[in-house]
Amino acid sequence: MTPETRHAATVEIRPGRSWKGHLPGQYIRIGIDVDGVRHWRAYSLTSQTTSTDGLLSITVKAIPNGKVSNHIVRLLSPGTLVHLDQESGDFVLPRPLPARTLFLTAGSGITPVMGLLRNHLDGLHDVVVVHSAPTRDDVIFGDQLRDWAGTGRLRLVERYTETEGILAPEHLDELVPDWREREAWACGPIGLLDAMESHWAKADLTERLHTERFRSALITEGEGGAVTFTRQRAVVEADGATPILDVGERAGVLMPSGCRMGICFGCVVPLKQGVVRDLRDGQLTIAAEGDSIHIQTCVSAVAGSCEIDL
Amino acid sequence: MTDPTPTMVTAPKARRVSNRLNVVTTERRHVPKPSGKPDPTAHLSAADVETLARELDALRQEVLRSRGTEDAAYIRKLIDVQRKLELGSRAVLLFSLFPPAWLVGTAGLAVAKILENMEIGHNVLHGQWDWMRDPKIHSAVWEWDHASPADLWKRSHNELHHTYTNVLGRDNDLGYGIMRVDEDQRWVPMCLGQPLWNFITACFFQYAIAAYDLQLGKQLKSRGNKEQFHRDGRSVLRKIGRQMRKDYLVHPLLSGPSFFHTLAANFTANLVRNLWAHSVIMCGHFPEGVETFAKNSIDGETRGEWYLRQMIGSANISGNKAMHIMTGNLSHQIEHHLFPDLPSNRYAEIAPTIQEICSRYGLSYTSGSLPRQLGSAWKQVIKLSLPNDFSIRNTAKWVLRRRPERRRCIGTEAQATAEQCPNISTCK
Repeated sequence: MTPETRHAATVEIRPGRSWKGHLPGQYIRIGIDVDGVRHWRAYSLTSQTTSTDGLLSITVKAIPNGKVSNHIVRLLSPGTLVHLDQESGDFVLPRPLPARTLFLTAGSGITPVMGLLRNHLDGLHDVVVVHSAPTRDDVIFGDQLRDWAGTGRLRLVERYTETEGILAPEHLDELVPDWREREAWACGPIGLLDAMESHWAKADLTERLHTERFRSALITEGEGGAVTFTRQRAVVEADGATPILDVGERAGVLMPSGCRMGICFGCVVPLKQGVVRDLRDGQLTIAAEGDSIHIQTCVSAVAGSCEIDL
Repeated sequence: MTDPTPTMVTAPKARRVSNRLNVVTTERRHVPKPSGKPDPTAHLSAADVETLARELDALRQEVLRSRGTEDAAYIRKLIDVQRKLELGSRAVLLFSLFPPAWLVGTAGLAVAKILENMEIGHNVLHGQWDWMRDPKIHSAVWEWDHASPADLWKRSHNELHHTYTNVLGRDNDLGYGIMRVDEDQRWVPMCLGQPLWNFITACFFQYAIAAYDLQLGKQLKSRGNKEQFHRDGRSVLRKIGRQMRKDYLVHPLLSGPSFFHTLAANFTANLVRNLWAHSVIMCGHFPEGVETFAKNSIDGETRGEWYLRQMIGSANISGNKAMHIMTGNLSHQIEHHLFPDLPSNRYAEIAPTIQEICSRYGLSYTSGSLPRQLGSAWKQVIKLSLPNDFSIRNTAKWVLRRRPERRRCIGTEAQATAEQCPNISTCK
């Protein structure tokens, strides 16, 4: 555990024997127990793939109200057992390495880029990093980036959004005049990525920009929504007060069932994505992509579009 | 989604209430039982039942709020201890030729097997630990050291017994279909042998449960779903085969010259567990003071009424912490039946509140030491092996005047009224 900034820390993880290795820039899903409940989150790997100790590292920024990120940054103690998925993601550099590169990042979006730079910087000769953070102190990996910039291994443009405002695509002409000639990788908040993608598209350079989105779709909670039964290929519109069991049965979906009052666990099915609300106490269960959380359909109602493995 | 054009169906908005989830008690009703026993909840108004339900809901919520790291550590530690105890005992039994090793190994294995079935298996299969989202300690995947496959057991226990607790004709746990444990159950001559049946069941309890979960009795009477029976039957036989292979073949073989001693040790450990589990389970619903309910009394039952039924339909066993763990916290049967999905390690702390609620609402909270409750349950089994109004004269009458139309009347006794069956008192 190494603190990086006020709100970010790096965690080193010793993988088990079934770990197959990763490419720089990829991410892994990490399962971590918070208050006894296992939660899975995806984090970019920032370690060197050739490191001799075989340790993996991730750098986590605590987001406001983030249950898992705050737990990792503030409460996690060395020696804790965490669970790993295999690596995934295609935010990787091509072979041969491009001659001129531009990395556009903001906040914790620097993490996959750090994974790339730590592993590939020796093979990259003309590198520009444009990084946004609220203040100088908030720049994750600030020391290492400035160190590289100081020794001429890359050109670093830091933008402090608290005083200078958010980076807009129009600023690029001034900051990196030759951005059109560079192969670009961008990672950061959705707003930044959307703006850059349309900017590159306007310049007809879409294929030169590679982006990494931490959250492909924001999960929103609400009342009711569409519930998809993936195996039986049915989509049913549900209100926020009817148990999913009833919703499915009325639409002719084959549902496992039992006591219909929340005690027997005979109806549990995996929620792959979406939000459900426990009708007894209003408790929300949220599943993001890659999750598979068992829910009791007889006491759960849809609280935002759901995907159920049935 | 694999299909690019899924069918879009709109569920109708109107909601037919099909469960006890959010139905409010608006009136009290009582369906009398054939024995004419009074309704122990008659003094409660519909509003009382609702207040009681909200109090219990709030209590559950309180436990859910504080459920966390310590509870997770409890079950993991327990599983760890159980695994080590079982492994250690089996290792000692490799030398079971030596009497001290046999004794120590058998005792250790019996305790390990009891822990595995009761505090771990039973409770994990109830979904008490599903909230941890640990894919290894989850009701959907857990399999236990028991003749009855987890899936089958969950259906007959979690779904049928826990939903229909002590409802005559609905909850087969009331005497497992082979015994009469309540005055309102029909007496048949087979009941005369029930003290013996009960003892035999106790010795082979895990197989009796497997047969029970299979609804073997129903099948023998040529009722029930044949196809499902065959499917379930195969799964039970496979499970029993695996269990037998482990305890009576592989482990003894590994013991080499101690083959027969290890075999005997495993048999003994299984026997001890059978007797223990059977005794604990008998104390849950059979002792005197536990209420039963008429079959149609649960039509349109509300959550509050369900809670009521669980409270007065179960009995606790008093004892220390070790006792609670060894019974899988079924010593807190009342708490378990009210909240079957709360982690078992939390029942003890809510027990005083439940007891206080019971006394405030004028409801019985049946509890006693293991010998007392077990004695009471056995007394019921023995007493009820005879008809309710047993006397030599009545029995002689019953035998002498047994005619076909009377037998029909006995058969439908639950629905029989005095008009249809003038001799209802002798029928019972």
